Amino acid sequence: MMKNKVMGLINLVHEPDELEGLTANRCPATVPFGGRYRLIDFVLSNMVNSGISRVAVLAHTKYRSLMDHLGSGKHWDLHNRQSGLFILPPTSDDAQDLRRGDLYHMFQNRDYLMRSHHEYVVLARSHVICNIDLEPVVAFHERQQADITVVCKKFSSTMPGKSRKVLMDAAGRVLEMQDHYGRLNTEYMSTEIYVIRRELLLELVESSLAQGQEHLVRHAIMTRLDQLKVYGYPFDGYLGMVNTLESYYANSMQLLRSDVWKDLFFRPGPIFTKVKDEPPARYLEGAKVSGSVVANGCIIEGTVINSVLFRGVHVRKGAIIRNSIIMQNGVVGETSMLDYAILDKDVKIEQGRDIRGAAGSPFVAGKRKII
Amino acid sequence: MGRKEMVAMLLAGGEGKRLGVLTKDLAKPAVYFGGKYRIIDFTLSNCAHSGIDTVGVLTQYQPLDLNRYLGIGSPWGLDRRDGGMAILPPYVKQKGGAWYKGTANAIYQNMGFIDRYDPEYVLIISGDHIYKMDYEKMLEHHKKTGADVTIAGIEVPWKEASRFGIMHADDEDRITAFEEKPKVPTSNRASMGIYIFSWHVLQRYLIRDEASRHSSNDFGKDILPAMLKDNLNMFVYPFKGYWKDVGTIESLWEANMDLLDDSPALDLTDPEWRIYSVSPNRPAQYIAPSSRIVSSIVNEGCMIEGEVHRSVLFYGVQTGMDSIVRESVVMPNARIGRDVRLYRTIVGDGAVIADGVTIGHPEHGGVTVVGSDEFIASYKTLLEVEPS
Repeated sequence: MMKNKVMGLINLVHEPDELEGLTANRCPATVPFGGRYRLIDFVLSNMVNSGISRVAVLAHTKYRSLMDHLGSGKHWDLHNRQSGLFILPPTSDDAQDLRRGDLYHMFQNRDYLMRSHHEYVVLARSHVICNIDLEPVVAFHERQQADITVVCKKFSSTMPGKSRKVLMDAAGRVLEMQDHYGRLNTEYMSTEIYVIRRELLLELVESSLAQGQEHLVRHAIMTRLDQLKVYGYPFDGYLGMVNTLESYYANSMQLLRSDVWKDLFFRPGPIFTKVKDEPPARYLEGAKVSGSVVANGCIIEGTVINSVLFRGVHVRKGAIIRNSIIMQNGVVGETSMLDYAILDKDVKIEQGRDIRGAAGSPFVAGKRKII
Repeated sequence: MGRKEMVAMLLAGGEGKRLGVLTKDLAKPAVYFGGKYRIIDFTLSNCAHSGIDTVGVLTQYQPLDLNRYLGIGSPWGLDRRDGGMAILPPYVKQKGGAWYKGTANAIYQNMGFIDRYDPEYVLIISGDHIYKMDYEKMLEHHKKTGADVTIAGIEVPWKEASRFGIMHADDEDRITAFEEKPKVPTSNRASMGIYIFSWHVLQRYLIRDEASRHSSNDFGKDILPAMLKDNLNMFVYPFKGYWKDVGTIESLWEANMDLLDDSPALDLTDPEWRIYSVSPNRPAQYIAPSSRIVSSIVNEGCMIEGEVHRSVLFYGVQTGMDSIVRESVVMPNARIGRDVRLYRTIVGDGAVIADGVTIGHPEHGGVTVVGSDEFIASYKTLLEVEPS
């Protein structure tokens, strides 16, 4: 039912990005997360699991790793005759044009939106990680006869990251929205997942641009809350806003709770990613691993506590890793100590090093660094 | 359609009787191995790494799961425009149809498939063995020696020799005698069941063998002896390295345990020779604060809360608090409750072992098997009968 009615549009234009070194050479969408995923896997899988079979990705900057990761879309089952994955990179390489807002980029790709026959578009961002069935959201949207439905989540004091605030009345109608720095007193935030009629989206893009507006949510939607029927759909599963380094670290550490691990990766659907042919993880004689998430291809000879190990990480004898995140193919040398560290891909820690960050500000090593 | 120099024919119809409940609903090549793989992944990955892009997979016994697993061959790079993977079950012809009567008959019935590619050589392999081999090197050897037939051979322990096809060869590796499963072996050079034939030669012998009423239509018992009798050029391709026939519960268990040494004889981590398989796409494994894992291999999607020693855990396995899994093989999605003791146990996929169950004995006893989807109720004790 969703297949011919709803299409997905993942908007990577000006994604909020305070991920520091993690996005030095990649866009937020392809920041590695959870041992084997990239951030964009969550929204893509949600769409596919909800029955959406056509997804466009509005790419913006630093998207080489994105093209590599997405490929033909077959890992998300988006490589079929009737459906598919469409990557829409910027149509101009002019720096001035690149700086313009998402409305401009959508306008540049309006042909794609016009050619589609789907009634609705689900708009989403890649930095919001959750596991959600979108079919009830679309049903809610139709039931409310809404112009726009925004999926909302109750704020929780423990979750960092920056998110928009949403104020609803008792019936769920959105009265006001503010950017993260706003002082609006509300218990709900926006998950940046919006359901909108395709034709209304096209209309908003054109009319807002004509009025000199640049950004879809901030301008086209937030300034029209009195003209449009915007409803909030409350979502109560696990959700992480991964747009700051602090929230990246905190959300990674949340995975070490078994309930979060199950919620995020299994319920209601599985999260898909590009498949690699790594062998299963090997725990050798001296391995001591507890409270951790470990991906395939790891070889563990040392101690790993309260940490996330991505694919192909090698922890050598006597090494002790605590409260850390080690990305693909990292090597931690013999008797080295790591505490509160994030190692990007292919980082090599030589023998006997002692590296410590702090809970609030983890130590970050850039890709391919040797320490 | 393009011509292929060599086409591979993979015999995957084996029932694997000696694997008992593990092959109740499954062909032997589809049996799980090594935490992630099925036995057939090894030969298919060998094909992929040897540059073979046309593989006929001959299926017969319980093919449903195997067929679904193989699909169109994408994980092994065999979804190709020309060639690729073809699944070849026995089929009905105008004059009626028949099951594959033997390994040679299976190839005989599919001569039409091979002829389409008009190959110079045919590689015959089976989906029953665990090993890594470059078939291209074997083909080079075949060409260099000017052989009609090349058989890969490996030296096996003398006491096991009577389980195999045994070969005698001269100093130049020319085969002088071949005996299928001799009661009293006179050599320990075993055939690995990997043959390269020059196709026009094999074709002739297949037709002749089919016409003979007394033949059992088997490569080892009929075709090879007939060729030897006719003095064809037959050579051994000597292979050194890990090779294991996992045809019995004990050998399957042993082969899994072989992977657990700190530097195992079969290296699954070699980036140059990855073993490809269908990925179940599960999250990275969750290792609870209460768990302890030593000398083991564990796959994606596992949730481990207990102790794991010298064991192989496939994807999606759960083990509960205070459980001990030792020298065991736990196949996909099996659930192990709390306070369970497993010693030398093979747990079939989807099996459920409820709280407090003990299987096997920590000190002695053989391997116990729990079948797929079996349920073992709480606080039950299954002790393997001690060998007398």
